[in-house]
Amino acid sequence: MPLIWLRVAVVCYGVGLLYSLLLLSKRGNVLAKIVEPAVGLGLIFHFVSLVESTVLIGRLSLASIHNSESILAFLAMVVFFVFFVGYRTVSPGIVIFPIVFILTFASAIGQKPVTLTSPLLRSGWIFVHVVLIFTGYAGLFLSFGASLLYLVQERALKSKRSAALLTWLPPLQTIDEIGYRSLLFGFPFMTLGLIAGSVLAIDKYGPLFFYDPKILLSFTMWAVYMLLLYTRWSSGWRGRRAAFLATFAFIIALGAWAANSFSRTHRFLS
Amino acid sequence: MNFVVIGVNHQTAPVEVREQFAISEARLPEAVKSLATYPGIEEGMIVSTCNRVEMVARTTNGTADLQGFLRQFYGFDPGPYRKYLYEYHERDAVRHVFRVASSLDSMIVGEPQILGQVKEAYATARAVGAVNSQLDALLTRSFAVAKRVRNETAVATSAVSIASVAVDLAKKIFGNLQGKRVYLVGAGKMCELAARHLLAHGAKQIYVANRTYERAAALAKKFNGQAIPFEKLYETVPNADIVISSTGAPHAIFRKEHGEKFLNQRRNRPMFFIDIAVPRDIDPELNKLDGIFVYDIDDLQQVVSSHIADRRTEADRAEAIVQLEVDKFESRLQTLDVVPTIVSLQEHLETVRQAEIDRVRGRLGTLTPEQELAVEALSRGIINKIMHTPITTLKSAARESSEATTVIDLVRKLFGLRDVRKAADEDATTVTSGKPGARN
Repeated sequence: MPLIWLRVAVVCYGVGLLYSLLLLSKRGNVLAKIVEPAVGLGLIFHFVSLVESTVLIGRLSLASIHNSESILAFLAMVVFFVFFVGYRTVSPGIVIFPIVFILTFASAIGQKPVTLTSPLLRSGWIFVHVVLIFTGYAGLFLSFGASLLYLVQERALKSKRSAALLTWLPPLQTIDEIGYRSLLFGFPFMTLGLIAGSVLAIDKYGPLFFYDPKILLSFTMWAVYMLLLYTRWSSGWRGRRAAFLATFAFIIALGAWAANSFSRTHRFLS
Repeated sequence: MNFVVIGVNHQTAPVEVREQFAISEARLPEAVKSLATYPGIEEGMIVSTCNRVEMVARTTNGTADLQGFLRQFYGFDPGPYRKYLYEYHERDAVRHVFRVASSLDSMIVGEPQILGQVKEAYATARAVGAVNSQLDALLTRSFAVAKRVRNETAVATSAVSIASVAVDLAKKIFGNLQGKRVYLVGAGKMCELAARHLLAHGAKQIYVANRTYERAAALAKKFNGQAIPFEKLYETVPNADIVISSTGAPHAIFRKEHGEKFLNQRRNRPMFFIDIAVPRDIDPELNKLDGIFVYDIDDLQQVVSSHIADRRTEADRAEAIVQLEVDKFESRLQTLDVVPTIVSLQEHLETVRQAEIDRVRGRLGTLTPEQELAVEALSRGIINKIMHTPITTLKSAARESSEATTVIDLVRKLFGLRDVRKAADEDATTVTSGKPGARN
């Protein structure tokens, strides 16, 4: 059953993906009216799916890679909706929807392949660690999306021509606030998540855990995250420079995600 | 329907002619009243703005002499002005009223004031009792049509004046303008106009700098703002979010290095420069800095013209909506019309009466002509007595458009009448003379 709900959620998120693609091809508006309810519905089905799978297994579980992707997508959508309620704009979704769709799709096509057996995954701590880090990721995704939109809107305003683009994007200052606040929102989660992970790892593997590609990348990402916040706070960096930094952080985040396969501590195939 | 529109507008008449016809607000109630009481006219309304003077009326039989009214009201012969006057009847009149209210007939298509002006004219006419039934329905419908046009097309969404484009752009950068500071460099008229617009949208503080301090002080006073000596220009500009420049300086006042300094002091918070001076006050290089947006007079003008072009394409869609609404309104009025119902009610009862007389004729034997007449008068009298109340009710219901359909439906059901609209077609010839009691 959880898989069916998840697949329904994927279809709903698909509307979001389509909306993003249509907007990028400058033919938006067709789905503008249904995109909010569609992804909202997706979020609900997604939640149902997660709850059911938890009930089925008897506890909150990360026992497959796909499951964790699903959780990451879920958290990204939750963060998106938190900001949607505050700012009444779906435009960050242009970046968020495709990411969420890909993650959810990947976890919905087959729940089978990799079942992680490490007893470590049974511990509640690891779950806390993962959820915290994922929430941090979600904040970063949203901020990344906002900084790209900022660039688009800035370019439109400067070129003085693309009047059509101007209408569907929120004002520059709003995009800027979304970008900054989502960073602020995600940072404590990311920090706590890394601390929780470090404590766990020291406990299990000793101080050597640090020489691991995934962990190195994660800490680099954290450093860039911090740099983003710092430049923003100290000299009000935004626009192009902020977008470059955010893109950099996003790429490292992807790297850290992919590094699972090279990582000793994160393989969990005991 | 019997609707008539007569008037002059910015397309048909130059201002010298329009001002001849213009009616001041103070005289309007009296004017509307005399229009509505003019022979042959049932209801009337007058819209008088700087771009148009229009009289909308419903006549008793479609042939009122509106030009005669003009002659009487204005006290001059409208003859020489005939080429400036337009006159619409029936469907065309309905369409015209819808187009005017939807701002499709305006000089700047989509400008929002006209709807308010029509609404005011309607309120005035209503207050003096000049509109009460079908014209009321027409005008109320025109407001709904205007709303539909505004919601379903983009005809009124884009700004089409330099000042409003500047406000739009400022909103695109800063979100709302609440609490934003505006800096006027130079104390020209254009500056003042733009500043007024920005203030109306929530901007908080106005600074004015000018070569002659007195002029700056005078302008600042108007806005409750702050005048700043010109020497202090560069150190104070970073306080402002929006800078409007219109000095007569031969060289650029703001160059790239100034912009960099401003951004530094503002911690990169964005700034919006509006340059309405020719030659330009602001080096276009400034626009290349992250966080600084420079629009000169040509840029603004370009946005204005592209918006005007957009509006034209949207206007075509709006015309289609208006056309549809005219059709809808017409068929609605037809069902509202009580005359066909009254006619078919009379016909129905007349058939019943004839049938009954034929049925008992055999039993009555031969009647003298006097007796014949007495039977005739007796039966007719009963029917007329019975019919009296339903017919008066129908007629008064027609005046209250909200009630009409219910009452018409009820009467049709009670007496088992045919479909009114079909009857209306068949009885088209009798409707004009179809007053109750006129059919013997």
